[in-house]
Amino acid sequence: MTTTAQTHRPDFLSGDEYSIPTYAVLSQDGTLHDGAEGPDLERDKALRIYHAMVATRVLDERMMAAQRQGRLSFYMQCTGEEAAVIGSAAALDDADMIMAQYREQGALAYRGFSFDEFMNQLFGNELDYGKGRQMPIHYGSRKLHYMTISSPLATQIPQATGYAYGQKLAGEGLCTIVYFGEGAASEGDFHAALNMAAVHEAPVIFFCRNNGYAISTPSVEQFAADGVAPRALGYRMHVIRVDGNDVLAVYRATEKARRLAVEENKPVLIEAMTYRLAAHSSSDDPSGYRSRKEEDAWRAKDPIRRMQLWLETHGWWSEDEEKALQDELRREVLETMKRAEKRPPPAIDTMVTDVYADVTPALQHQLDALKQHVRRYPEAYPRGARSLDPALSHGDADQGGD
Amino acid sequence: MPTINMLQAINQALDIAMAEDDKVLCFGEDVGGFGGVFRATSHLQEKYGKARCFNTPLVEQGIIGFANGLAAQGSVPVAEIQFADYIFPAFDQIVNETAKFRYRSGDLFNVGGLTIRAPYGGGISGGLYHSQSPEAYFAHTPGLKIVVPRNPYEAKGLLLAAIRDPDPVLFFEPKRLYRASTGEVPEEDYQLPLGEAEVTKEGADITLLGWGAQMEVIDRAVEMAEKDGVSCEVIDLRSILPWDEDTVAESVLKTGRLVITHEAPRTGGFAGEVAAAIQERCFLYLESPIQRVTGIDTPFPLTLEKEYLPDHLKIYEAIKTSLHY
Repeated sequence: MTTTAQTHRPDFLSGDEYSIPTYAVLSQDGTLHDGAEGPDLERDKALRIYHAMVATRVLDERMMAAQRQGRLSFYMQCTGEEAAVIGSAAALDDADMIMAQYREQGALAYRGFSFDEFMNQLFGNELDYGKGRQMPIHYGSRKLHYMTISSPLATQIPQATGYAYGQKLAGEGLCTIVYFGEGAASEGDFHAALNMAAVHEAPVIFFCRNNGYAISTPSVEQFAADGVAPRALGYRMHVIRVDGNDVLAVYRATEKARRLAVEENKPVLIEAMTYRLAAHSSSDDPSGYRSRKEEDAWRAKDPIRRMQLWLETHGWWSEDEEKALQDELRREVLETMKRAEKRPPPAIDTMVTDVYADVTPALQHQLDALKQHVRRYPEAYPRGARSLDPALSHGDADQGGD
Repeated sequence: MPTINMLQAINQALDIAMAEDDKVLCFGEDVGGFGGVFRATSHLQEKYGKARCFNTPLVEQGIIGFANGLAAQGSVPVAEIQFADYIFPAFDQIVNETAKFRYRSGDLFNVGGLTIRAPYGGGISGGLYHSQSPEAYFAHTPGLKIVVPRNPYEAKGLLLAAIRDPDPVLFFEPKRLYRASTGEVPEEDYQLPLGEAEVTKEGADITLLGWGAQMEVIDRAVEMAEKDGVSCEVIDLRSILPWDEDTVAESVLKTGRLVITHEAPRTGGFAGEVAAAIQERCFLYLESPIQRVTGIDTPFPLTLEKEYLPDHLKIYEAIKTSLHY
């Protein structure tokens, strides 16, 4: 029921009455904007955030190159959006749930997912927690509270509302953050999720990475409104827009959002204004839909460089440390990649597990027939044949994702 | 005749349809200036303007709901769903609206102008969500037509027929063949019939039935079987709904044996429907049980995709099983 004053004039509201500003703290030269207050961020935590940002950048650059070399079937970069993703994840409790879209590997890096763990998923080998079933970048980790990625867009958003509602009932003081792009926010699931969260007072943070493009579609063709943020008002939800390349603003906004969510059961929408510096994926070529000039303008707003300069102003970071970190990360990425590439694929038996809690008799029958067929033509199915040949088989997959 | 690939053939069909009729519109995610993620709609926006070829917001249920409205109004929408795996948010609009528009209104209104294009199928390392073949879900829905082309020539002629057909058509394009399948295609306008299967090869001993990308897989299996001296008859079903029972039954009455193949999982797959109908019509003529060569009853995998797919070797084994029953 609405409680509203009556009017006797047919005046329409155009929406232009509302304007949502962009919260910004850190300027590109590493100093704070006039009048802006930095978050209460200690040295160790700031460095943990920064390490995760650099690690994500290094991983992305190397793995896109590996994809170009044909070593990997597919890849997606977080490049340009590290501050939005990692700055927000860092403002949470490490036990809060993360439901990501697919470009948020930075949050996982921040939580401590190792390069080995990333690589095992990327190469779909026997140690991949997802058992080699999904395309590269579809990570998941139960121990790090990171829900396994699903490719269909926006499906995770109403799930986050439900997950958060369950967390509220459990009374553990935890919340869920759900990431999505401004394109995915057009899906019906987005609207259902926000409305239900507001109605049922779920402790969920809706984090929109407005990175300007949904594959080739620019945000001006995605919505007529001023971004995604104004939609929150229609659901009576708290909302803030932040400079997504400003790690301090993102951190501080998310920290406050978490308090609203956990302490007051108020869901929050955060719209982070950023830019997808890389292609949508390894299957995409942005030169077909945007200019180099536009990309360069955003490259000048690099979120990692911005944080690096800020760290230097505190005397917490130096060029020497930067170089040592970069070298160390590059070496580690290469080593772990080589290790993961060499590992065998998951055993053929994993084809029928996890469809249900237990393998059904019908599926077991199908698997048996398949194995018989693979034994007949081993050269046609090198991966399946490998797991059937004891001489080539390795131990059981590590269940560390649990 | 020029040799082109399947994407070019689809692009030609859309171009011809848009040039001929101002009411034809093409839209979907990334379909406009970019020309679609597979480039099937390349240059259509340049040629026909932003009002007739455009990007939509990223919302499949919206795309198809919008298309239903356009079709009801008398326009001829050709809506693209970027991957068939992503058609499900639009399932309600397709199953409850598109399929039932004419019936529920007593033919006061219809959305017969609607064509929905969607790339489907595996073999591209697409994993769970870039590989599915969802034709059977829709085959359970009276009021829809479902068409799947096997090569560029078929794609152009069937798509033109689908756009002009008085009923709504789901047009599933085998994306694995988009660039891999090339062939001679007339530049001019032509149509191929909906609802009619095609006998692509005549033979005496066994009938092989498939559609879309499975047709080239069948051809490879047939090559192996013929070396063993088996004479194979091959049928491309082309239309899943309505499907051409007569052509298939006629063939099986002659050969007495049938192998049906599709990439989708076995249980509830369209092969089951074909097998049931054919045993009703050909029971006394069958020399062996009808064989199904399909995906297994799991989601579509990635690393073990090769093992999952119903490839030529599995079809070849099914041919042998049928013959030696």
